[in-house]
Amino acid sequence: MTNESTHTTLQPTENKSRPRWGRLLAWVGLALLLGIVGLALLRNQEGPVQVGKPAPDFTLTSFDGETFTLSELRGKVVVANFWASWCKPCEQEAADLETAWRAYQPGGEVLFLGIDWTDTEPKAKAYLEKFDITYPNGPDLGTRISQSYRTTGVPETYIIDQQGILRYVKLSPFLSLQEIQNAIDPLLTNP
Amino acid sequence: MTKTRSLWLLFSLFLAAFIILQPLQAGLAQDNPQRPIEEISDNEVNAVAKQLYCPVCENIPLDVCPTQACAEWRELIRLKISEGWNADRIKEYFAEQYGDRVLAAPPARGLNWLVYVIPPVIVLGGIFILYRAFRTWKQPAPQATTSENTASETHEDEYALRIEEELKRRQV
Repeated sequence: MTNESTHTTLQPTENKSRPRWGRLLAWVGLALLLGIVGLALLRNQEGPVQVGKPAPDFTLTSFDGETFTLSELRGKVVVANFWASWCKPCEQEAADLETAWRAYQPGGEVLFLGIDWTDTEPKAKAYLEKFDITYPNGPDLGTRISQSYRTTGVPETYIIDQQGILRYVKLSPFLSLQEIQNAIDPLLTNP
Repeated sequence: MTKTRSLWLLFSLFLAAFIILQPLQAGLAQDNPQRPIEEISDNEVNAVAKQLYCPVCENIPLDVCPTQACAEWRELIRLKISEGWNADRIKEYFAEQYGDRVLAAPPARGLNWLVYVIPPVIVLGGIFILYRAFRTWKQPAPQATTSENTASETHEDEYALRIEEELKRRQV
């Protein structure tokens, strides 16, 4: 008789606790899923990287096999130019960028980095040869660098100061050598 | 509860099989012999290209993308086929170079796992809910049925009585 009463009292408690756990798990799962979707949406709606804020770090391996990591380039002004061989507007600024690089290279205060976006290596190399580009260039593998800078296309240029702060953004081709110098020179006089 | 456990076991087995078999399947894919690039037909190139998406113009498969960039990528596919690469290896190369977004089906890694895990979970959850619902429908509450039956029977009796009375009256 005692056993029976114990059995009858325990049964409802067991039945109640099972669906509660299931429901809790389902709600937690749903909340997690919504959180992930929300974060992804927020990330998608973010605009371009902000001038005056630390520039996202990246590592670029050039077509020659040399590796450049932005965080290891403190003390230099870094001109990061996104381009592609199939991009006609990129050709507009190619010669001016190379002229500017040759002007700044002896001082050693400025480093130009060409980031080749969604391109094929043979075409990219042919492009570099065509415009006689001598500053380091390498592929944006997996489009990781362009994603961290939230680029919207090519050409785009980001100028980073000696402390790793993003100081200048150009979302179209430079129209003259003077325009490039105007963007870099103030950073060299006021480091 | 045993049925629920069985469902979870079935789902776990399905997931484990998927995890184990996927790399095996990729490993089994063999490269092809090298051929001169002129021998590679557009159909062969497009067979691979349609499994990839243009990384620049969104949502356009590579085989039908009209831009110069896409034409260059198709030529790259042609080159890789001539070097004996199989479709899986070419897709892997493209994903490495241009990111996972060029793939028609997301690779099962990182958060992408959700794409493969959530639908089966929802389907299994749905099956479980339906199973429970069907079980409840098969065993209707006896009290309610009895009272409903009694009510309808009484209602029919009254009606039959009235008809019989009416018929009797007319016969008279």
